[in-house]
Amino acid sequence: MPLVAIIMTSFRSLKDINAGNYWGWPEEWYYENYIDIFVNTPMARYMFNSLFISLVATLAAVALSTMAGHALAKYKFRLNIWLFALFVGGNFVPFQILMIPVRDLTIATGLYDTYWALIIFHAAFQSGFCTLFMRNFIVALPHELFESARSEGVSEWNIFWYITVPLVRPALAALAVLIFTFVWNDFFWALVLVQSDAARPVTAALNALKGQWIASWQLLSAGAIIAAMPPVLLFFLMQKHFIAGLTLGATKG
Amino acid sequence: MKNQSQLAPWLFLAPAFVLFAIYVIYPIFQSIYLSFYEWDGLGEREFIGWGNYVELFYDPQFVVSIRNNVLWLVLLMLAPVFGLGLALFLNQQVRGIRLVKSLFFFPFVISLVIVGVIFSWFYDPKLGIINIILGLFGITIPSILASEQLVTFGIIFAALWPQTAYCMILYLTGLTSINSEQVEAARIDGAKGWDMLWNIILPQLRPATFIAIVVTVIGALRSFDLVAIMTAGGPYNSSSVLAYFMYEQSIFSYRVGYGAAIATVLFFITLAYIAYFLWRMIKQEGNF
Repeated sequence: MPLVAIIMTSFRSLKDINAGNYWGWPEEWYYENYIDIFVNTPMARYMFNSLFISLVATLAAVALSTMAGHALAKYKFRLNIWLFALFVGGNFVPFQILMIPVRDLTIATGLYDTYWALIIFHAAFQSGFCTLFMRNFIVALPHELFESARSEGVSEWNIFWYITVPLVRPALAALAVLIFTFVWNDFFWALVLVQSDAARPVTAALNALKGQWIASWQLLSAGAIIAAMPPVLLFFLMQKHFIAGLTLGATKG
Repeated sequence: MKNQSQLAPWLFLAPAFVLFAIYVIYPIFQSIYLSFYEWDGLGEREFIGWGNYVELFYDPQFVVSIRNNVLWLVLLMLAPVFGLGLALFLNQQVRGIRLVKSLFFFPFVISLVIVGVIFSWFYDPKLGIINIILGLFGITIPSILASEQLVTFGIIFAALWPQTAYCMILYLTGLTSINSEQVEAARIDGAKGWDMLWNIILPQLRPATFIAIVVTVIGALRSFDLVAIMTAGGPYNSSSVLAYFMYEQSIFSYRVGYGAAIATVLFFITLAYIAYFLWRMIKQEGNF
């Protein structure tokens, strides 16, 4: 597994490397590489940026698309399937076709190089996949439930809030884990919409560090491990949700 | 009440739809529009009709990028194959298999930036494991990422790692819904090995195969991250793909109109697959 190799290297000392021990067990577990990174680069800042952006964007995308999914799943109207197709199809377009207009829009609204540049874009883009996901989940909920509530005269908003939302809770967790990982791992938009350390997510930062530390693989490995940590931890803690989310999203598509 | 029920879906849809329209739908048309202009991103735009497309046609880097995208499309198709193999192998009731499975999920969870870093290091001419292993057999090869012939293969190989994990996950979930009675019946009839796989298992996995191929095609056409991280398109643009070519022209060369034309070409290639996917989906939904 390549991962074992990279974990070992992240703990390797320069002495080891100079002695030619590139791939064996490290002589000693040298954790200074990790300290080095936090002291010499704004790694803590990058991690916070990524965390904040991913959390807010995930919340927004999930909230918006629960409503949209509810609308597409439980109401019959003419454009329904076409709107649904638009959300699904938009989800697959290459990012490059969006790049120039989205970048210009971000600059025009004064959001360029801020958290909100990435948060709003990710929330908008991910709401495509999220709507697909939520719609497919809500469509499977028993129809009679909604009908009887409606004939009792329950308002449309209360139907959404008191019937749909509680029932989709398991799906929400699964979806949130997935979207958080997608947003965290984004690289392209981090490159296009942000440029200063103050807002730069850890993926783009790692790429910049790769240019700086040519062949300092022990530092780069440590940086990569730190950057990978949150999604990996999330994956381990929520493995059941994660797989459930992926299955639901994929097989129903 | 009737009124409320007609208006309600639109109110529920509005926030997501407005955002999606502004950030995804409208930009597509805007990019296509821009592709008919000569523009540096700041100054005056000049309408040049099909000019950018004509120039693209004769641009050697465009040819290289298209060729590399085709290579990506073809070779990345190994991911569903490997993914199926792994899934069949891991789909056993053995103690500890859950842990092994989650280890195989890993590459899918981590960012492509990290995959790129790991593989750049494997390919490092001095310290990389590839050269050290080959060195044991007395073979020396040129640095993979510095060789115009090998570089794209090197990057695609790196891309196969997470893509295989993705396909494996899709197949594993597909396998859980396999009809075990049919498998049993086939076994009684004496079906084994390849026969069983080809005639009984695979037909039941068709939905999983379909999704695996769709996400792999989209992944191949979207390939940007690994190229940007591992080589930035080099050496001498030999590892460029359309997505990277577009980025490089618009951001570094300030040729925004030209970049938009590249994006438009990439978009229409992708659109063929998207349209097919949507057509299948709508057909399945049927009841609308």
